[in-house]
Amino acid sequence: MVKMNGSQILLECLKREGTTTVFGYPGGAVLPLYDAIPEFPEIHHVLVRHEQSAAHMADGFARATGEVGVCLATSGPGATNLVTGIATSFLDSTPMVAITGNVARTLLGKDGFQEADSTGITQPITKHNYLVMRAENIAMTVREAFHIASTGRPGPVHIDIPKDVLQEEVEFIWPEKINLRGYKPNTKGHTGMIRRAAEAISTAKKPLIISGHGIKWGNAQAELIALAEKANIPVITTFLGIGGFPETHQLSYGWLGMHGMYHANMAADEADVVIGIGMRFDDRAMGRFSDFNPDATIVHIDIDPAEIGKNLPTAIPVVGDVKQVLPEITEIIPTGDNKPWLSWIEKVAEEHPSLEVRETRRLIPQYIIRSLYEETNGQATITTGVGQHQMWAGQHYFYNDPRQLISSGGLGTMGFELPAAIGAQIAKPDAEIWAICGDAGFQMTLQELAVCIDERAPVKIAIMNNAYLGMVRQWQELFYDDNYVSVAVTQPDFSKIAEAYGIKAIKVETKADVLPAIAEAREFDGPVLIDFHVDQEENVWPMVPAGAALRETIEIPEKELIR
Amino acid sequence: MNMNGHSPAQHIVVAIVEDKPGVLQRVAGLFRRRGFNIESLAVGHSESEGLSRITLVVDGASAPVEQVVKQLYKLIDVVKVSDLTDEAMVSRELVLMKIRCTSENRHEIIEIANLFRANIVDIATSSLILQITGDQEKIDALLDLCKPYGIRELTRTGTVSMVRGNRTTTVKETESDEIAKVHQSQGRRVSDSQELPFSSD
Repeated sequence: MVKMNGSQILLECLKREGTTTVFGYPGGAVLPLYDAIPEFPEIHHVLVRHEQSAAHMADGFARATGEVGVCLATSGPGATNLVTGIATSFLDSTPMVAITGNVARTLLGKDGFQEADSTGITQPITKHNYLVMRAENIAMTVREAFHIASTGRPGPVHIDIPKDVLQEEVEFIWPEKINLRGYKPNTKGHTGMIRRAAEAISTAKKPLIISGHGIKWGNAQAELIALAEKANIPVITTFLGIGGFPETHQLSYGWLGMHGMYHANMAADEADVVIGIGMRFDDRAMGRFSDFNPDATIVHIDIDPAEIGKNLPTAIPVVGDVKQVLPEITEIIPTGDNKPWLSWIEKVAEEHPSLEVRETRRLIPQYIIRSLYEETNGQATITTGVGQHQMWAGQHYFYNDPRQLISSGGLGTMGFELPAAIGAQIAKPDAEIWAICGDAGFQMTLQELAVCIDERAPVKIAIMNNAYLGMVRQWQELFYDDNYVSVAVTQPDFSKIAEAYGIKAIKVETKADVLPAIAEAREFDGPVLIDFHVDQEENVWPMVPAGAALRETIEIPEKELIR
Repeated sequence: MNMNGHSPAQHIVVAIVEDKPGVLQRVAGLFRRRGFNIESLAVGHSESEGLSRITLVVDGASAPVEQVVKQLYKLIDVVKVSDLTDEAMVSRELVLMKIRCTSENRHEIIEIANLFRANIVDIATSSLILQITGDQEKIDALLDLCKPYGIRELTRTGTVSMVRGNRTTTVKETESDEIAKVHQSQGRRVSDSQELPFSSD
């Protein structure tokens, strides 16, 4: 009989679940846990500088590998600081286990020092959460948490453990089996529905695949390519689905939505059968729901039954794992060429180019990102926060791998990019990782620069510095009569900040300096920050105004073309 | 009102849930967040140890009931969800109401109570408590009749329902003892005296 305390049991279970890295920050309630960490050399603890970043790093780690990311924080403010990161993971369906300490059981509910109702707070932003009141329950709880986080539609699971439970000594029993009566994700698609989906695809004149983040989590890129190629179906993706289908593939027509490609939006509006795969018909992608291509037959393939029919009426639902379902459909559909339909989309794309990088004297972010794409041969992993830089990173870099773009799509979290890049870099030490940042978002998590040094994470940081909250400014310009309120951000000298942390910095103010700076950063063995001083009032185009339909996509206005 | 005694917009949804702390908050939180309106909610133990039964009367106009059912299923602690609306079923609610009365009209009220097979469970100088069990239609009718006397206090348990005939809405899958033991204690306060036998506290 092996007696262990709750902390040792927790770490032993993490080890057995295959956890190699934990992103965390210590505090009173998790002291017993930190006390035991040196006993587990298999688990590397990364000390973050703010708990929000611990969750983002675990998230970046998970998105880069597909494995469960683990983050750790103390009670009260530690747990509440995790909240933004957990919600980010929840909206983008990242497998994550977040562990927090809490006050001792006798103090729970007594508003003690650093007590928060952590499970009450995280309940609506987690796939599931646990308050563990006995050390003997820790093992089964951890096993269940990893199972829930990583299967079905992945998501974050939060485990809250009072301090005295972490100290309690009990016999350690590794549960061989778990059983959750209420959680049986359906992976096998309904045969009848698969047949109907295949029929709809076979008889379609203008079929269109819209693939999403589910291709990444389902590891189904090969299956998606096989389906598209067999019947020559054009593929567009959602923003989070970028890379799920290789963007350099001839059937790839970019991505749709608010800042998607003009032709992708028009194709979505024109298709007669829309096949949504591993995506959720989100408002940013679909525009005004009531006007989304009302004539199309919608086939929706997703592992989460609750997504079916949530936003749009679905004619043919297939609930299942895309990796299993797609080959079954591919097998029974006939080959096709869809020539007239493909040339229709190509003609729209030719007449309405969305991705041209304009010749300008000024330094524009599109040029930087396109240059980065060319310099890295499209092989880098890119992380972004939210806003203009995010959209340009989606538009002007081209991704062939589902794990290449790591971005906060659903929650739209500023400051996600740097910690996510660090998490991804720790997961893949040899990968080339670029955090494309906004200047405002960067300031939300810049303290993590210290972690780049601690962990020797050679993350390359490219700040698109326009000294504005760019996307908010764009909306104020377009929809609020140029009434700029609280969007001009006073900036520190980012190079000096980087240097203060011991990080190499490069300042770029002209187009001529872009390529040399990128080359210098790539050659340098270690983290580098490039502060790109870009044109201040560049806007992201095309654009579907909020609440408009996809067919109302606005292209870049004449006056901005010649600016 | 249809044959089951509830209005057509109302749906009766039964959820069989793990009897664990926080389950009720998860269900209530889901309804709040998704904007589904709950007309009533009743919760208690079911026929199986470790499982509670929640009966929800949902305003079908506030949300497609299919979404309600699917979202409920997403909760890990929810084991089974059934929409009983179109089933032949027995639906009952228990109501206590304190009605203002005088020595003159007391007999009149008792007569009404008898017609409805309601019980007088307490009687005082200027009020009495009526207890009635029935479906919503019956209760609404009695309420209408009592209103003119003055209803001083009213409490309703919320509807509970069961399908008629041999069919059931139960969970057949059992858990091994060791797993059940953990599940039933997950998140539960450890008290010196005894385990709190709360139904999803």
